[in-house]
Amino acid sequence: MAHFIDRRLNGKNKSTLNRQRFIRRYKKQIKEAVSDAINKRSVTDTSSGESISIPQRDISEPIFHQGKGGDREMIHPGNDQFSTGDKIQRPPSGQGGGSGPGDASDQGEGEDNFVFSISKDEYLDLLFEDLELPNLQQSQLDKLVQMKTHRAGFCNDGMPSNLDIVRSLRGSLARRVAMSASKRRRLAEAEEELAALLKEPVPPQQKITELEAEIAELKQKIAAVPFIDNYDLRFRNYEKRPHPTSKAVMFCLMDVSGSMDQATKDMAKRFYILLYQFLTRTYKDIEVVYIRHHTQAKEVDEQEFFYSQETGGTIVSSALKLMDEIVKERYSQGDWNIYAAQASDGDNWADDSPHCTEIMTKKLLKAVRYYAYIEITTRAHQSLWREYQAIANTHDNFAMQHIRTVEDIYPIFRELFKKNRQQQGAA
Amino acid sequence: MSYNPMNDGPDWTFELLNEYQAEIARVAEHYRLDTYPNQIEVITAEQMMDAYSSVGMPIGYSHWSFGKKFISTEQNYKRGQMGLAYEIVINSNPCIAYLMEENTLPMQALVMAHACYGHNSFFKGNYLFKTWTDASSIIDYLVFAKNYIAQCEEKHGIDEVENLLDSCHALMNYGVDRYKRPQQISMYEEQKRQKEREDYLQSQVNELWRTIPSNQQEARMKKVRFPSEPQENILYFIEKNAPLLESWQREVIRIVRKISQYFYPQRQTQVMNEGWATFWHYTILNHLYDEGKLSDAFMLEFLQSHTNVVYQPPYNSKFYSGINPYALGFNMMVDIRRICENPTEEDKAWFPEFAGSDWLDTLHFAMENFKDESFISQFLSPKLIRDFKLFTIVDNHKNPHLEVGAIHNDEGYQKVRSSLSAQYNLSNNEPNIQIYDVDVRGDRSLTLKYVPHNNIPLANSKNEVLKHLYRLWGFDVRLEQVDENGENQIIAKCPVEDSED
Repeated sequence: MAHFIDRRLNGKNKSTLNRQRFIRRYKKQIKEAVSDAINKRSVTDTSSGESISIPQRDISEPIFHQGKGGDREMIHPGNDQFSTGDKIQRPPSGQGGGSGPGDASDQGEGEDNFVFSISKDEYLDLLFEDLELPNLQQSQLDKLVQMKTHRAGFCNDGMPSNLDIVRSLRGSLARRVAMSASKRRRLAEAEEELAALLKEPVPPQQKITELEAEIAELKQKIAAVPFIDNYDLRFRNYEKRPHPTSKAVMFCLMDVSGSMDQATKDMAKRFYILLYQFLTRTYKDIEVVYIRHHTQAKEVDEQEFFYSQETGGTIVSSALKLMDEIVKERYSQGDWNIYAAQASDGDNWADDSPHCTEIMTKKLLKAVRYYAYIEITTRAHQSLWREYQAIANTHDNFAMQHIRTVEDIYPIFRELFKKNRQQQGAA
Repeated sequence: MSYNPMNDGPDWTFELLNEYQAEIARVAEHYRLDTYPNQIEVITAEQMMDAYSSVGMPIGYSHWSFGKKFISTEQNYKRGQMGLAYEIVINSNPCIAYLMEENTLPMQALVMAHACYGHNSFFKGNYLFKTWTDASSIIDYLVFAKNYIAQCEEKHGIDEVENLLDSCHALMNYGVDRYKRPQQISMYEEQKRQKEREDYLQSQVNELWRTIPSNQQEARMKKVRFPSEPQENILYFIEKNAPLLESWQREVIRIVRKISQYFYPQRQTQVMNEGWATFWHYTILNHLYDEGKLSDAFMLEFLQSHTNVVYQPPYNSKFYSGINPYALGFNMMVDIRRICENPTEEDKAWFPEFAGSDWLDTLHFAMENFKDESFISQFLSPKLIRDFKLFTIVDNHKNPHLEVGAIHNDEGYQKVRSSLSAQYNLSNNEPNIQIYDVDVRGDRSLTLKYVPHNNIPLANSKNEVLKHLYRLWGFDVRLEQVDENGENQIIAKCPVEDSED
């Protein structure tokens, strides 16, 4: 007796929970692997998963089993040369010394790493775990409101383009039935009577003429009921509801003066990419505006931003001014969450730094959600750092960090977006 | 007989599977294979990987180690380092067998004969399975276990339950009864009794907590050891006696213990079980072929798979990784049939009790009443030792080199046979560790004793395992070993930093 069951359509992810348990348990190790990986990985490749490697001994499940040594007797097949009493050189360790069949094999001293892949989402989860976008809740609803059109039933008035044909015709049919029902009934009766009269041996001509006239009149009346009328029409109705916006724009500002070499720019790029990935987790659509500057600022595309070489002095305020203009022009505050990250090696024309403070405090910091400044340098800080430090002390949505080497990037990124940054700052 | 073969695919349909199944069932009955009803489930490769990671069970509680197993299976499979098994079969009633979607029709037929009639009849007939497992209740029990552990996770947190399960898994092989018959109960009863057990167990534990000495002098006079006899079922002992555990923890230990017990027969009948199933898929399909029901193309594909399965690489092959249980088991079954049907003088001398008897009776008798160890020592014939060219390597740790012990000659047969049999004796392969003493009047420390087999020491993992045992027991745990001078040496303890001495 047997019966077949086709299970192929059943869920195949029965092990998902167990897999999650595994990742949960080894989060610490996996996280380490992830933060190591972020520095090794190509900067353009933050949208794929990651291959994770954990030392085998960390995840072993210990059981009692027999160790090496002792007296053993093993059976092997395929004897082609041995006789009883033959002596054989002990093979180098690791071969043939097992503890017989079963058990033991994967609990041995093997130091192989346990390698497996995590998906993109898992990778990003781990990468950005415990981080949050600062200042997000505060004014989400009161300020960042955008109207969104929703369907809201049907109404009698509207534009022809919103006409709902099915409903309109349904209305028309109902009206036509209602308006002609009594006439149709009478018509049917009259036709029956007429037929009866015509069957009589001597048809009463008078009555027949009358009936025929009535029938003609009824038919005309029925035909006169309009196929469709104004009050049959139904239009789809829409209304606008407030909808919290999920649009974000990210400003990348970078100093491209002579003092910034390619290595420094690469570090900045890694930082921008991290930020971009992080923002994609909260916002659906993100626009990125690249502003580079030396003594003058210019809005450029990505390629130019990272790879074109410029020389000259440095005036940071030019970039800030340009950013302010772009914000006013294209990203009116109501609709957009504005984030900005500025990377620089700290050089600035000394007289310009107070000017930067002014633009920042009076204009930009009022408009942006968060402004992060990273200084990539191994030298001493200059005037810009000190000016910014003063801003950081008085403004919640401004943060600054110092990056020296590539290894600093990810820790510093975490530092900038650590959860409850504000509460900690306030306390 | 007439040659009128069934459609041989290679693509299968459910109609064709039914047709083949009916034919196979008919032949199986002809050979008196008694089986549970079959529930044959067609699954995909992904589902097969799921089944792998849960040791083939259709349901199981959640634990990271299953996730680890799944991840490594998935990795290996995706990289092409390993193929998946064609089938998995579960010792349950009805007997659940998984067929993989991508098998060809001949493969599906092979798998049905192998799993649904071979393994299935073994599960139903073999004495170990009859004694230790209850096929009708296992699925219910697994459902109960899964739900109960999920409830515990909700109540006590995932970490707590996970730690407990880790510890239980470390001692899982020491959670089996070897001599007592377990009770068979359904899920309904299990739930009812679980409540009662909770209350009862807690009251028992209080014995260990009793602080008022009844009469100190008397106690000194006769020092009663607890437990009075060494206990080999460590998990059982912990479940019943660990002082600090809460009742839900005892229940979880019990679940792990029960599942371990369920797998205990499988670990002891690998050669027989696979040999039996392989013998029957071979015999059934050949019977059908002789009846003219199978095409030549079908047979060629079948024989190709079959010979792959029963291939035994020699010791010096790069594919060699021990004795292939399919090869050994299958050849022994075939050999038993040969000895019954065409005994030689040698066979008559070695196997007077069944040489020349009815082969089917003898095979059924062998399947029903043996496990690997005894099966080999009873039925391995000199001819098979010659065919396999078996030889023994003696590895004495005091000698600088290895020595060849016995080979396939007259002097060697007995020796080879008993060595091979011993190699399948679980109690030789698993360290013999038993609970020896609990210091009931003192610090409640637990002492275990390791009795080495052939001077083989315990592997280093013992320290890790003791940590798990310590977690379960709640007080100091010591592991002793008797050294050459007959004195007890402590070879591991937990916690390590001990203030005494």
